[in-house]
Amino acid sequence: MSEPPPDHGPKSDASRRADERRIRNRALTIGASVTPFGLSFGAVSVEAHLSLVQVCLLSLVLFSGASQFALVSIIGAGGTYFSAVGTALLLGVRNGLYGARINALLRPTGWRRFVMAEVTIDESTAMAVSESRSGRSARAFWSTALSVYVLWNVSTVVGALVGNALGSPATTGLDVAGPAAFIALLAPRLTTARMRLVALGSSAIALVTVPVVPIGAPILIGGLTAVALLLVVDR
Amino acid sequence: MKLWFGVLIACAGCAVLKLAGFVVPSRLLESSVARRTLEALPVTLLSALIAVSVFATGNHLTLDSRAAGLAVALILVAIRAPFLVVVVAACATAAAAHAL
Repeated sequence: MSEPPPDHGPKSDASRRADERRIRNRALTIGASVTPFGLSFGAVSVEAHLSLVQVCLLSLVLFSGASQFALVSIIGAGGTYFSAVGTALLLGVRNGLYGARINALLRPTGWRRFVMAEVTIDESTAMAVSESRSGRSARAFWSTALSVYVLWNVSTVVGALVGNALGSPATTGLDVAGPAAFIALLAPRLTTARMRLVALGSSAIALVTVPVVPIGAPILIGGLTAVALLLVVDR
Repeated sequence: MKLWFGVLIACAGCAVLKLAGFVVPSRLLESSVARRTLEALPVTLLSALIAVSVFATGNHLTLDSRAAGLAVALILVAIRAPFLVVVVAACATAAAAHAL
């Protein structure tokens, strides 16, 4: 990580400091941006009757916002554990893809692989990839991972404690905290008409099946059917 | 007890999935079907989750204060409002609609 890539030539102290400052600021901004999501996750989890220890365990070990939110939303709605865990795992598959990318980029060995895998998520991957041209991927990856990990866990605890003190999710509007957060997270992926259609199709299929299948199952059915349709149409 | 089971399986499963990327040969993930599936999966699952969280209560389709919150979130995301603004405004709208 101290060696700049050969095609960029040796770096001056000033340019290295500029790199480091840029990475630190971005890592902190990204960490700050996950805190509202962590707060709502903590609050929603408590409403779903998870204990404080369970909520914290999810943020410390599972450490993947979308999977965690899906898990507690479905449990909170009275869904089956199969649907809740199944949806969380399917949403976790993309971290595996990021892992392949990070592995190729940073080539970790030994125990570092395990630590690196645990913090390979949307944010750390995006930062590592975006700094690959400056040769600063490793610093970008670890800074972002640390910032997000700490702030995500702190905001989870605060959300769980505050959520406990608040009233029912409907009177506080917390019942739309998850959906609103997801719309904001999905927006960058919904730039093409085709992806919007896929998202709408998946939602429609899920809603149609709500009255006839167990709670939680519509999310798996909608999500998987829409992907299958996309692959068939693409052929 | 069941809740603990769900939490632990989800934790273990997601950790294994993260590690898999560092061990599975990357050419297995490079096929076009795998790539497109994995790209679309988060979008379809999260949109289904949004739809169900807003328009369903148990096994019933419902239209209530949550829909107002969702509409505000959609508008704010379309005009590129910051994340925190989107979440807080959506919650406030849903709470206000519920109180009416």
